[in-house]
Amino acid sequence: MHPILSQFRRLGLYLLAWVPFAGLLFYLFTAFGGMTRYEAEVLVPILCLIYAFDCLTAWYTCKTTPIETSGFLRLLSTHLLAAGIMSSLWVLIARGVARLMAYSPSFSHAPEHVSHNASLLFGTGVMLYLLSVGLHYVLLALQQSQAAEQRLSAAKVLARDAELRALKTQINPHFLFNSLHSISALTSIDAGRARDMCVALADFLRLTLGMGEKTVIPLEEELALLRKYLAVEKIRFGTRLLMEEDIEPETLVFTVPPLLLQPLIENAVTHGIANLPQGGWIKLAVHRNGSEGSLNITVANNFDPEMPPRRRSGVGLVNVRQRMDARYGNRAHFEARKIDDRFEVQLGIPAETVVNA
Amino acid sequence: MSVEKKLTAVIVDDEELARAVLREMLSHHADIEVTAECANGFEAVKAVSERKPDLLFLDIQMPKLDGFEVLELIGTDMAIVFATAYDQYALRAFEVHAVDYLLKPYGADRFEAALARARERAGEKKPAPAELRASATPPGQFADRIVVRDGANVHIIPTAKLDFVEAQDDYIAIASKGAKHLKQQTISSIETALDPKQFLRIHRSYIVNLERVAKVEPYGKDSKVAILSDGTKLPVSRAGYARLREVLDGKA
Repeated sequence: MHPILSQFRRLGLYLLAWVPFAGLLFYLFTAFGGMTRYEAEVLVPILCLIYAFDCLTAWYTCKTTPIETSGFLRLLSTHLLAAGIMSSLWVLIARGVARLMAYSPSFSHAPEHVSHNASLLFGTGVMLYLLSVGLHYVLLALQQSQAAEQRLSAAKVLARDAELRALKTQINPHFLFNSLHSISALTSIDAGRARDMCVALADFLRLTLGMGEKTVIPLEEELALLRKYLAVEKIRFGTRLLMEEDIEPETLVFTVPPLLLQPLIENAVTHGIANLPQGGWIKLAVHRNGSEGSLNITVANNFDPEMPPRRRSGVGLVNVRQRMDARYGNRAHFEARKIDDRFEVQLGIPAETVVNA
Repeated sequence: MSVEKKLTAVIVDDEELARAVLREMLSHHADIEVTAECANGFEAVKAVSERKPDLLFLDIQMPKLDGFEVLELIGTDMAIVFATAYDQYALRAFEVHAVDYLLKPYGADRFEAALARARERAGEKKPAPAELRASATPPGQFADRIVVRDGANVHIIPTAKLDFVEAQDDYIAIASKGAKHLKQQTISSIETALDPKQFLRIHRSYIVNLERVAKVEPYGKDSKVAILSDGTKLPVSRAGYARLREVLDGKA
């Protein structure tokens, strides 16, 4: 759709912009072309109105010869040819109008005066058309940047949707049910521990709920969340759950997408610890690779290699991977591997400190 | 229902606190004695085969063996109540004739109702557990591993390491890595549990892992014999040979 013709306001503005050109043409005709004022007063508005619409056709030539991809010669030849044709047409129209005017005795010299001014008219026509070409290229660029902006915001909305969905699925309902069952057991055995577990569970839930609105959080916050989660699981699994942390203090300020690590730790608990009667270990290591400007995170755990993989296992990993892709694209790397009874996930993400969203 | 007779119960759950809930709720019933508490599938199989309880409270997701695998290996003369946080196993639980299915967390009312049903059904005879498990396997899903009990020992055989299965009266012999394990199950029921892409019934009494078949040779007048990569020879029936040809031709 033509950007000027599509809205009345724009068309009005465009026609208004033609008034100075009409004034200029009037001046040229009367001062240098030997035309009478009356002739010019009738002729100029008609010619300008017609040519204003003629020049709008530049939109189509501009669209078919995009300024970014077309060569200079192609641009020049296309638009000069179009300008020549449009302007010649304009001169012809002017002659026709003058001939019609000549039916009135007061304008009997109009055809003569127009022929006299033909080259002036042609030159002006070419210039005006080329101006219009420039205007249309500006409009095209504007339209493109608007479309790009729309695409970008649509992508952002999609990413946010995905993130919220991810957050919802990441809080495993079975974790909640099992924890509540443990609390129910503790109420008659040890009321104090029951209360502690309620508080730990509430703290964990509160922290996860707040995270849905953020695109990234400092690593320190993610670690706080993990510790709340593990506090709950430690009451359930007792001494079976052994957690080791190896975190460089200077990495705490760097940002990660919220709940990026929690599903990995939960996997380690449900697929590792929960299947080991004597218990197992989880190791979390975070280091900074200064030369590459990246943050390297490793989550490792032992597991019982004889247990068949559970249905739906791997969903958490896929989720983590997708969220990393969405945020960092090819600047992130993800690797999961099994070595004997050890399962390890390695993440590398850009070491960023400020929220640049 | 005689009230005088004491009932015995075994509790199986890998979480100490979950066992504590059951222990506490059962403690209100003077006529029920908890004879064992188990924290994993192996312990459960051992305890149940030694103590033969009337009631069994069983978690599903546990280390070593899951609840269904435990059921497959132990006797059937007891009332089984599943207790789990997962609701997706309920259908399977009732297909293996469980008395009830408690969803964690559960309250005293719900527990009492389950216990009442369990009392009624304690001592009922049920079909062989392995048959039940096969019928309870969801269509399109096949066993990843086979569990076999040998006294108090439990063997776990991943299906990839299974060479062939041989029918022996009411039992099947499962051959894996040169050893044979006996299990009370029919060959037809294990056939449905195994992935047909990998296992083929080549004879009334034999199922073979297709990856182990080295060659098939004529044997006698109109029978064939399959030779496995370790040299074992298995008879192939005429119908079995037709099936085998179909699979092998389809692959080529």
